Amino acid sequence: MIYREAGDFKTTYQADNQTFPLRLDRMGYYAILAVAFLVIPFVISDYWATSVMVPFLIYAIAALGLNILVGYAGQVSLGTGGFMAVGAYATYKLTTMFPDVSILIHVIVSGLVTALVGMLFGLPSLRIKGFYLAVATLAAQFFLIWLFNKVPWFYNYSASGQITMPERTVLGQIVTGPATPAWAKYLVCLTFAVALAWLARNLTRGTIGRKWMAIRDMDIAAEIIGVNPLTAKLTAFGVSSFLIGIAGALFFSIYLGAAEASEAFGINKSFLVLFMVIIGGLGSIFGSFAGAAFMVLLPVFLKNVLSGSLGWPTDLAAHIELMIVGALIVFFLIVEPHGLARLWRLTKEKLRLWPFPH
Amino acid sequence: MNEHSMTADLEPYTTADGRRIGGVMMDLRNITLRFGGVTAIKDISFDIREGEIRAIIGPNGAGKSSMLNVISGFYVPQEGEVWFRGKRRPALRPYQVARQGIARTFQNIALFDGMTVLDNIMTGRLTMMKSGLVAQALWWGSAEREEILHRERVERIIDFLEIQNLRKTPVGRLPYGLKKRVELARALAAEPSLLLLDEPMAGMNVEEKEDMSRFILDVNDEFGTTIALIEHDMGVVMDLSDRVVVMDYGRKIGDGTPSEVRNNQAVIDAYLGVAHD
Repeated sequence: MIYREAGDFKTTYQADNQTFPLRLDRMGYYAILAVAFLVIPFVISDYWATSVMVPFLIYAIAALGLNILVGYAGQVSLGTGGFMAVGAYATYKLTTMFPDVSILIHVIVSGLVTALVGMLFGLPSLRIKGFYLAVATLAAQFFLIWLFNKVPWFYNYSASGQITMPERTVLGQIVTGPATPAWAKYLVCLTFAVALAWLARNLTRGTIGRKWMAIRDMDIAAEIIGVNPLTAKLTAFGVSSFLIGIAGALFFSIYLGAAEASEAFGINKSFLVLFMVIIGGLGSIFGSFAGAAFMVLLPVFLKNVLSGSLGWPTDLAAHIELMIVGALIVFFLIVEPHGLARLWRLTKEKLRLWPFPH
Repeated sequence: MNEHSMTADLEPYTTADGRRIGGVMMDLRNITLRFGGVTAIKDISFDIREGEIRAIIGPNGAGKSSMLNVISGFYVPQEGEVWFRGKRRPALRPYQVARQGIARTFQNIALFDGMTVLDNIMTGRLTMMKSGLVAQALWWGSAEREEILHRERVERIIDFLEIQNLRKTPVGRLPYGLKKRVELARALAAEPSLLLLDEPMAGMNVEEKEDMSRFILDVNDEFGTTIALIEHDMGVVMDLSDRVVVMDYGRKIGDGTPSEVRNNQAVIDAYLGVAHD
């Protein structure tokens, strides 16, 4: 009754092409944005920023990037961790080489560097598909981590082999380093997440998005109607790696502050982001956010319930938590193989009719 | 017999129903295509003239689809030449052939199942959409203008094929007959000068076949599109086409107007079988 599309007519193709064609959806979206930008920064605590919001937003960017590659263009990748590392190390090298340039510009340039690296490792996709491509990108993962560990130039010859983010400011406000306030970390990540989601949405609804989806759904037919598979696949790898690189840059500079390649960006990270994409929903922008929220919030929630409310010993709780998360992922995929995005869409379709059965 | 003698004089003429048939658009010369030891097409030559409906018929496995795949650039023949608009065509990738104005549909529907009907048809216009990556990412100026412009053209095709109510439906949910129609719409969206249809009426009932025949005739008539089609329904082929090529075991056994082909002894033998003595 409340959520409906009756009477919501479109008179121009422009209006029909909107991201949120329904007025109610549009209002909801603006409301969420307003709360995120105008309310949360004033109330956010250190705990909420570091263990919930900041990782959620950063993983959402990474999931968005991987979703473009896997969900929209249909090219499987297990190299996410490696590409995040490229973004992180690029930021580190850039900011230590050019300390006067804004960190925001460094993060974006790091994304571009990662895009180039991603396109390079995407070249095999022109010949191989599916599992074989996954193995090729897995090689990228191991190679990149190895490279960042073995070549001292990347970590500026530091004794520990770690990279550590120096203090940087944006408009006079400290945004990196240990002295950063919670709200600043949150706002930087939120701005990137919103801007990049908007970018991804624009790309996927237009010509390039259609090329990607055409390649995904049937590459032979795509080529017959005039899609050049080379450019379509490489732009997918490029855009995807751009987003993942920015996620890696933020993960290092804002979230961790100090990182070591194999620990922070190992194969686990690749799988974690892939889980997010699959649980959230392949080929959906909303799904990337939902999947990231699920995978970030669930462990935090379980930890609070098990060791907080129930008072279990922390080590026991930590192990049980892993088992529950694993079981929930399996359960979830059996119940809704198309992810949270599909669940959300079904809910909305039902809401349109509610409370009437037909 | 000299193959080219069967192609009547090349002067443009007007058909009985008032359509203008022009000069040769696509000329296939001595095409031979092999897959390993199997020869799918043996030394076949024929041409397709501007504005005509050209049918390719033959029993199963005769090499008809392979022939269409040669025209659309999917297979590169080992021998022979493909001439298009008076120029010899080098070995091109399929997407390059598409950009020359050749579109096709497939025997087994090859739509993009995850996309809506509208998006599927919009893909037909990809070769004409030029806005760059950055413009699209920011949805600025040219990207949005282009999207709206091409949407208008696509809407015309949607009207033409009477699928207005299906715009936003994912293609995977459509029944077979409508999928065939959407596939035709996607091919038409490219505004091709040569349209290749691989069994456009396979698996359809009489009513759907009549609809599809009407659409094919209308496309040819209204847009002046040259059409080459493969079809098994002889009634449809004889009614629709201006000229027919008959293939059997990778060879050409007949070429001419429907009535010529119908009375050709080799064609009758191929279709009805002939006693070996």
